[in-house]
Amino acid sequence: MVNLGGIRKEVSIELVPEAQVGDYVIVHVGHAIGMIDPDEAERTLALFGEMSAATGVSA
Amino acid sequence: MKYIDEFRDGDVARKIADRLATEARGDRQYSFMEFCGGHTHAISRYGVSELLPTNVRMIHGPGCPVCVLPIGRVDMAIKLALEHDVIVCTYGDTMRVPASDSLSLTKAKARGGDIRMVYSAADALTVARDNPERQVVFFAIGFETTTPPTALAILRAQREGLKNFSVLCCHVLTPSAITHILESPEVRQYGTVPIDGFIGPAHVSIVIGAAPYEHFAEEYRKPVVIAGFEPLDVMQAILMLVRQVNDGRAHVENEFTRAVDRDGNLAAQQKVSEVFELRPSFEWRGLGEVPYSALKIRPAFAEFDAERRFDVGYKPVADNKACECGAILRGVKKPTDCKIFGTVCTPENPVGSCMVSSEGACAAHYAYGRFKDIPVVTA
Repeated sequence: MVNLGGIRKEVSIELVPEAQVGDYVIVHVGHAIGMIDPDEAERTLALFGEMSAATGVSA
Repeated sequence: MKYIDEFRDGDVARKIADRLATEARGDRQYSFMEFCGGHTHAISRYGVSELLPTNVRMIHGPGCPVCVLPIGRVDMAIKLALEHDVIVCTYGDTMRVPASDSLSLTKAKARGGDIRMVYSAADALTVARDNPERQVVFFAIGFETTTPPTALAILRAQREGLKNFSVLCCHVLTPSAITHILESPEVRQYGTVPIDGFIGPAHVSIVIGAAPYEHFAEEYRKPVVIAGFEPLDVMQAILMLVRQVNDGRAHVENEFTRAVDRDGNLAAQQKVSEVFELRPSFEWRGLGEVPYSALKIRPAFAEFDAERRFDVGYKPVADNKACECGAILRGVKKPTDCKIFGTVCTPENPVGSCMVSSEGACAAHYAYGRFKDIPVVTA
């Protein structure tokens, strides 16, 4: 069960078996396809528009 | 909603825009292609292009699943519904894609075809379970994001021994389409579509990871920055692309680290490779036949392959002559270059596929950008 900004909807977590209650997942056509990493989200927010020293987050 | 609102903050957008204005060099042009329709939509909806310096231009790519679906494939689904008395289930956007004989799945439904819109491949399975006396075909379209759910549906149908469920598989692959664009004469020979780098897809990259793009950075010397779907993600990615171009670098960088890593979702990839294999060739609207650019169902799952179960061969059909979707999907033309944009062709009555889905370049420009084309004159 996921809460989409107030709307509760049942989605499949067969593709992200590690998901636990309380996690944030990315939902696509009724299936969770990935998870949100809260630490990385904070890091990206801090990065926005910073000087170029903050670049080079190579994948 | 958490992890959404923070990524739409207007003040931060202006801060990134200021940095872009400072760092984009005045003595050159920058052209970047956003491959994915989700980014096309975000750029139009949030007015990202208005925040960019005038010498930074975004070119819309072909990553809108409905847009690249050729007429002949929709014809197959319509034929299944009207001539084989099959229940055809498909995603909402697919219903309105124009097909032959002025038909679409919606219009075929009005003619009596049993065509149902579903939210998920799993819902198509439910339709099959509820209608054991009827054949049910899931008309499956989309890139790497929708393919794993289709694979799960086929695996489940096999486990349950469902005899009335099959899939008309039209799943396509992002990396082969990018290769095709980079190899196209417009990019390689004529330079009519200058591409200095790509914004890599968000959800597709969650599934396939960042690694598949390394080839484009290394072989074609094109920087790729994978970005989330929110406006700040897109702006930051453009800033990262400008910095790579300025430094003469061509790397794969990841702005969407909160959801994408190098390897992607291995569980999803495993399900996909269990069920699907490469098609030697597949026709895309706009791009034509693209080698190894799509998936088909493996022989081990032949009974769930609608193309084997029913006699519906694929016949290529030419697009409407007035429609410029093909050139728009290749980045050669803009929606406003099309004579019928916004007049004959509108979201209510789409002639071309780019006007159908909200991710399509034409529909996005029609919804959010068309009034900006009109010069303001004082009376």
